[in-house]
Amino acid sequence: MIEIDHLTKRYGSHTAVSDLCLTVEPGQIYGFLGPNGAGKSTTMNIMTGCLAATEGTVRIDGHDIFDEPAQAKALIGYLPEQPPLYLDMTPLEYLGFVAQAKGVRREDRKRQLKHAMEVTQIEGVQNRLIKNLSKGYKQRVGIAQALLGDPKVVILDEPTVGLDPIQIIEIRDLIRELGKEHTVILSSHILSEVRAVCQQIMIISRGRLVASDTPDNLEKLFAGTATLELTVKGSEEQARAVLGTLPGVSALNCRPGEEKGHTCLSLETDPPADLSEAAFRACAAADLPILRMDMRRASLEDVFLELTAADQPEVPAPEDAEEKEEEV
Amino acid sequence: MTAIYQRELRSYFHGMTGYVFIAFLLLFSGIYTMFYNLSSGYPNFEYVLQAMTIIFLIAIPILTMRVIAEERRQKTDQLLYTLPVGMTRLVLGKYLAMVTVVAAPCVVMAFYPLLLSTFGTVSLTTAYGALVGFFLLSAALSAIGLLISSLTENQAVAAGLCFGVMLLLYFMSDLSSFVPSSAGASLCALLVTVLVIAVLVRVFTRSAPAAILTGLVGEAILFVTYLAASDSFSGLFGRVVDGLSVFARFSTFVDGMFDWTAVIYYLSIIAVALFLAVQSMEKRRWS
Repeated sequence: MIEIDHLTKRYGSHTAVSDLCLTVEPGQIYGFLGPNGAGKSTTMNIMTGCLAATEGTVRIDGHDIFDEPAQAKALIGYLPEQPPLYLDMTPLEYLGFVAQAKGVRREDRKRQLKHAMEVTQIEGVQNRLIKNLSKGYKQRVGIAQALLGDPKVVILDEPTVGLDPIQIIEIRDLIRELGKEHTVILSSHILSEVRAVCQQIMIISRGRLVASDTPDNLEKLFAGTATLELTVKGSEEQARAVLGTLPGVSALNCRPGEEKGHTCLSLETDPPADLSEAAFRACAAADLPILRMDMRRASLEDVFLELTAADQPEVPAPEDAEEKEEEV
Repeated sequence: MTAIYQRELRSYFHGMTGYVFIAFLLLFSGIYTMFYNLSSGYPNFEYVLQAMTIIFLIAIPILTMRVIAEERRQKTDQLLYTLPVGMTRLVLGKYLAMVTVVAAPCVVMAFYPLLLSTFGTVSLTTAYGALVGFFLLSAALSAIGLLISSLTENQAVAAGLCFGVMLLLYFMSDLSSFVPSSAGASLCALLVTVLVIAVLVRVFTRSAPAAILTGLVGEAILFVTYLAASDSFSGLFGRVVDGLSVFARFSTFVDGMFDWTAVIYYLSIIAVALFLAVQSMEKRRWS
């Protein structure tokens, strides 16, 4: 659907995106994840033809965005970070204008307008001026705009930024709904959001693609160890004797619990394995009561931190990059 | 392109801009008609139009300041860039909407000579010839305003810059008369002009080689022609400036001549300004 090939974008001496290659398959929801200034917005702007690449190509369904912009752009609906709304128009007028400008045929226009407003639930405000709408509604009008022209791919840049929690949930539901008909690409620096909606995650750090997979696979891939946390009623020696001998334990840490006579343990296993049942049986046999048991795996958060923290020493750069993106 | 044209035209009349521009022009055309034709009794409507050209110093910046600058500020230009519409058609749509607004007061003013002719003999051909010239002048000035608006994202800066350029254009031929008409002085003035152009090239393209090349080639051509035919340089600067002055070209229409070279001149100004505006929009993608 979308092929990005060796994409590089430089602003003067600063490289915002460097040698990025990725392929987007049809019919899924993709999440672009990365810290601020990682090059998410720049990549999206290049994909949609707002910016020109320094090097490399972007092909939408086989059409190069620079050589055949009309065909390529007709396949894309884009919501930039700040929704491009004309504040002195009503949503109805605005969407009518966008549909006409996108070349939607007159007889089709009415149906598409109705559909876009239905999906984004803005029919109730269609005759109010956009400048009087709340941020959530403005965002919806922006999404409705992206849906006009029946694009195969819908690209949303940070669609939930600045919304209240209820609006965020509504927009997420809306994105899931869109995923049924379109290929959706959204960007975010919020993990839980990407985790909640996306079927595929692409992690970008400092202009490079560092990982691309399903959320579950990413977790498995980076789950080097699994840790079992326990609190038992008994002395440290007792606990070590019972649990240290379990098969597969690679490391065991003990510390006294919060109350007297309690001991907290963490058991690490390598390769990752679920020891909870074995631990229960061993403790039951030794008459050692388990007060708390908790299984911890590497979460997506850990994966994200591990992948993006690799180049932490050059921290000032991302801020700089963010400024550059603002300028664009 | 029709979509852009319609939206743009509507936006002029959603806000005040369109009304203010039209009212401003009509108000002054009324005042000058009162003064020249009714109280002083001249039968020439051209004089009214000639006097009104100074109104453009204010009216054109008002009309053109927001046309592209505002898109940038509101970030709606990102929508324009993602539309499957070429940049040329986009700028053309915007420009045509602007020309429509400019044409509105001209259409109203077209009735004045007819009204006047009921009270005496009015030379309708020169009046309407001058009105066509007046329309072309305002169309050329709005194209320049559109170009200036495409250079910045701040309306106020666009308006100020546009006013400055209009002022310079208005007084250009008067200012050029300060340059002595001797061949040497003309050469000096032209050399300085080429230098200024080279600096502008440097500012807009950010390419030092292009600027240096423009400067060197321009100066070299001037020197060579000066050495070959120094006589033709006397008074040349004044002639060049007069020939290029947007406002001065209009006076031939007022004098009762329909000057086709001036028509072509105005059309070329429009074409060049729009071309540069398209380039300025395209350049944004590459920054």
